[in-house]
Amino acid sequence: MRIDLAAVPLWAAILASAFILLGAGLSLLGAIGLIRLKSFYERLHAPTLATSWGAGGMLLGSVILFTAASARPVLHEILIGVFVTVTTPVTLMMLGRATLYRDRSEGNIKMPPDYHGPERAHAVPPDASATDKGNS
Amino acid sequence: MSATILLASLWIAQGALVLAMCLATLRMMRGPRAQDRILALDFLYVLAMLQLLAFGMRSGNTLYFEVALIIGMLGFVSTVSLAKFLMRGEVIE
Repeated sequence: MRIDLAAVPLWAAILASAFILLGAGLSLLGAIGLIRLKSFYERLHAPTLATSWGAGGMLLGSVILFTAASARPVLHEILIGVFVTVTTPVTLMMLGRATLYRDRSEGNIKMPPDYHGPERAHAVPPDASATDKGNS
Repeated sequence: MSATILLASLWIAQGALVLAMCLATLRMMRGPRAQDRILALDFLYVLAMLQLLAFGMRSGNTLYFEVALIIGMLGFVSTVSLAKFLMRGEVIE
């Protein structure tokens, strides 16, 4: 199915452009966060900007554009949105657990403190006085 | 008029996505450990998918959405297998 961009109504073009720019700008913000944040556990959160509203903005812009141009609802972009929403937490959680496993097995002190349950949460304080050796 | 608005905003959006891909590549080359590189690779997959969506809107063709869906699936599978490799040392047990 092909559409002509000049046949899109003006309101749909402006709305779709706003959503497209929102999505691309949020993806760029996620990339800047991926560069600038200090530790891996902080960096793990940055790409979710691109996978939540970055992809959502682009997909909404695409839905508006193709629906307005072809005068019938075009909804197959929702498939990509559902897929990205379902798979991103799975991948990032597996990556975070693998990193936690590696850091614990190497005794790396840059990892978050252990959680021992509510009754022992204060018995094992995180070692805040240890210096950062940059074990990377 | 509407084509001008759409093409201009798509141009800006693709420029922003290219800049984001450059930053992710920088993190992938610099990233101190293996997990940083895998995270940057996963982000590159997402950005390539968004880039293809923008290209599909620019060309007015819905064929590119299937390509974007396949890229998203490949990114999911590759990141999961690489994370499993970091965890266990092998992918298939």
